[in-house]
Amino acid sequence: MKILKLIAIIALVALAGIQFVPAERNQNYTVPSTDFMLVNTVPEAIQNKLQVSCYDCHSNNTQYPWYNKVQPVAWLLEEHIKEGKAELNFNEWDSLSNRRKKSKLRSIIKQIESGEMPMDSYTIIHRDATFSETEKQEIIQYITQLKDSL
Amino acid sequence: MNNLKTTLGIVAIAFMILTVTSCKDGKKEQVNEETQSEMNHDNSDGHHDDDKNEMAMSGNGNGNSQSVLSDYFNLKDALVGDDNAKAKELGATIAKSFGNLDISKYTDTQKADLKDIIEDAVEHAEHISESDIDHQREHFKILSKDVTDMVAITGTESTLYEQFCPMYDGGTSWLSMNKEVRNPYYGSQMLKCGKVQREIN
Repeated sequence: MKILKLIAIIALVALAGIQFVPAERNQNYTVPSTDFMLVNTVPEAIQNKLQVSCYDCHSNNTQYPWYNKVQPVAWLLEEHIKEGKAELNFNEWDSLSNRRKKSKLRSIIKQIESGEMPMDSYTIIHRDATFSETEKQEIIQYITQLKDSL
Repeated sequence: MNNLKTTLGIVAIAFMILTVTSCKDGKKEQVNEETQSEMNHDNSDGHHDDDKNEMAMSGNGNGNSQSVLSDYFNLKDALVGDDNAKAKELGATIAKSFGNLDISKYTDTQKADLKDIIEDAVEHAEHISESDIDHQREHFKILSKDVTDMVAITGTESTLYEQFCPMYDGGTSWLSMNKEVRNPYYGSQMLKCGKVQREIN
């Protein structure tokens, strides 16, 4: 019992300690001219959906939830965001060539179709980020049309 | 009171474990990246007997579009054989050979096109190196387009056959060295689905 107590105290101290390690922040208040919404005419409903469901991890600006202030959660989130942006960054859309755009659009369609994106670990907290069946169809239709126009 | 302390302790330990494991993952990735870049390096400055053995046709070593092609055909064969593990390996191999492709002898427009093709192809090849077989096939579709576009610029030493399967994803093509159709998108499920669409010399 004594040992357990000791471990608990050490863990608590460590937990308190890591709260002082600052986390990087993915926050920018300007939207670059290469942004997906700026270079394409995206219907408003789809704009909103992309913003809510995708932009947190696929752009340079994340709407952070309150628990991001708590370590080690903040680190985990930052890792996700980094990976997400490496895969696709809507803010830098227009810097891609047509070939790359088509590739990305194809992947977006596949990911949404199969329900892999938005991720379960994201939608479990961001309930409004989930796609209804109709929203799914709408967005896939729009992205497909965009892909075919390139 | 004691109960409360124990619970607190468990929560704290859970947090610790979470932290430690998340750090570990990060480190592992870094090591992977390092070894990969080392491998790239090795490849660019010498011949590798192992690589040569795996080649299906005679490329002139690295940096050559022929070695991209031979890696592509090996990858295609792995998918024909429903071999997920082998395809993963070969996905990494073709990512490397694409990365090493020497584009210095082409015109500026061709260089720009090739750069674009390479960037796209490397990304899809990397995905192939870490996905299940369904995803591998999705990415192989786009990789096939990239390789076909590359051949349009670089040419090919031997005759290639562009084959087409109308069933996969609204119609999908790929390249083969043989006239005979062996479908990489369905494998054993529908091995012979498709037809020769074009001969490339």
